Amino acid sequence: MVRIHVQSRSIVLPGDIIAEGNDIVVESPFIERKGNQYYATITGLVNVQQLEDGKYKISIIPLEGAYIPKSGDIVIGLVKDIGLTHWEVDIASPYKGILTIQEVLDRPFNPAVDSLKKYLDVGDYIVAKVVAFDRARDPLLTIKGKGLGRIVEGSIVEIKPSRIPRVIGKKGSMVNMLMNETGCEIVVGQNGRILVNCPNKDLEEIAILSIKKIEVEAHTTGLTERVREFIREEKARRGV
Amino acid sequence: MGGGAGEKPVLIRWEERDGQKVAVRHDGRLAAQLRPIRMEVGVLSNADGSALVEYGGTRVLAAVYGPREAHPRHMALPDRAVIRCRYHMAPFSTAERKTPAPTRREVELSKVIREALEAVVLTELFPRTAIDVYMEVLQSDGGTRTAAITAASLALADAGIAMRDLVAGVAVGKVDGVLVLDIDEIEDNYAEADMPVAMAPNLGRVLLLQLNGVLAHDEFVQAMELARKGIQTIYKLQKEALRRKYVEVVQEGDEQ
Repeated sequence: MVRIHVQSRSIVLPGDIIAEGNDIVVESPFIERKGNQYYATITGLVNVQQLEDGKYKISIIPLEGAYIPKSGDIVIGLVKDIGLTHWEVDIASPYKGILTIQEVLDRPFNPAVDSLKKYLDVGDYIVAKVVAFDRARDPLLTIKGKGLGRIVEGSIVEIKPSRIPRVIGKKGSMVNMLMNETGCEIVVGQNGRILVNCPNKDLEEIAILSIKKIEVEAHTTGLTERVREFIREEKARRGV
Repeated sequence: MGGGAGEKPVLIRWEERDGQKVAVRHDGRLAAQLRPIRMEVGVLSNADGSALVEYGGTRVLAAVYGPREAHPRHMALPDRAVIRCRYHMAPFSTAERKTPAPTRREVELSKVIREALEAVVLTELFPRTAIDVYMEVLQSDGGTRTAAITAASLALADAGIAMRDLVAGVAVGKVDGVLVLDIDEIEDNYAEADMPVAMAPNLGRVLLLQLNGVLAHDEFVQAMELARKGIQTIYKLQKEALRRKYVEVVQEGDEQ
């Protein structure tokens, strides 16, 4: 028997009991179990879903919290320091990213004759992918791949990393709508940094304001339509 | 702090109410009554999480940073996050200026509050990092450590740090032979006993328990029951305060 104590898509707080029973699948590190009770450990939106076999799947989308790297994530990093064979990259997380020379160059590198500064310098922004991360070591990054590498144009918007799922939307609906409506190119980093590359200043401002709006209203429903309306109003007002 | 120097004020009056004799305190409260409590979450924009908590005249601000890279690096633990706590009283928080340097009392309270929070925070989710909790007493009127712990747990929740339960605290005292809930400064100065308690109500665990003075065994049992009831009320207020933050945003969004 399963008893669900919350409504799906409602806000839960640390200590709130979500469900009771045995046929429950937990899909979040933020749900703890005590006996056959499951309770939340973080502020977030709870998702309850009945599976085909009659079990219930519960998960929490956190509303706050730091970015914890996951392998495969696209992140936007800022080069902070240069070592002999690696760069240290700030990825807006409790853990700093490590970018080794092998993940940048395709050919052998000799630190005695060559300098890493030629390729990436302190202060450069990069679009990178997390290759590996475990609890014992800092996350390893790579910039080998399509769409990865040093950022040469555009602006970077920084928001809370917990709001990123909302900026992307269901199957990318929100970010696709943003790109269609504003005509900007947008790269969303899982770590809360977003690169916007727009045809002109007005559209860039609208894109940034929209992203900030999504950040503030992340837990509300019907957000995509509200943001679309907001963009259209702003475009009409500015005459672009 | 400080003994009962000078003329002792009348702290408990016995009044007839509905044919029963009840103890009324110097500020008009009954024995098992809390002071007016106000809580606000997210009051600071530079901190990852923050909260302001008022128990009557006691006012405490808490700010949380983290999890973030632990500095100095040797402090970091390989399997979990370290929690660093600072309980501090502002120089202007008391009637006479308090030196801003941390006193022995503040160092001790920082330690006991840290230990209470360590019991609920899921530190193993963030290895090699540090979580900083700063609690600043802006105005002191008794019960500052319990108000601080209430504020700290709200700030942690606001920062999105995983914890098994919120922590709420309240002090119980014995004044003129009567057990009273949430004692204030004047009562504390002349009290026979002062017992701050903090609990995680949903877990049913006591996380902080100190006792200044003397209580008989049955008085202690009664005092714990009094504290438990007070903490339940405060716990509900905490949850309301956290929910309020998001409800306000929803309304703002609806207006547009």
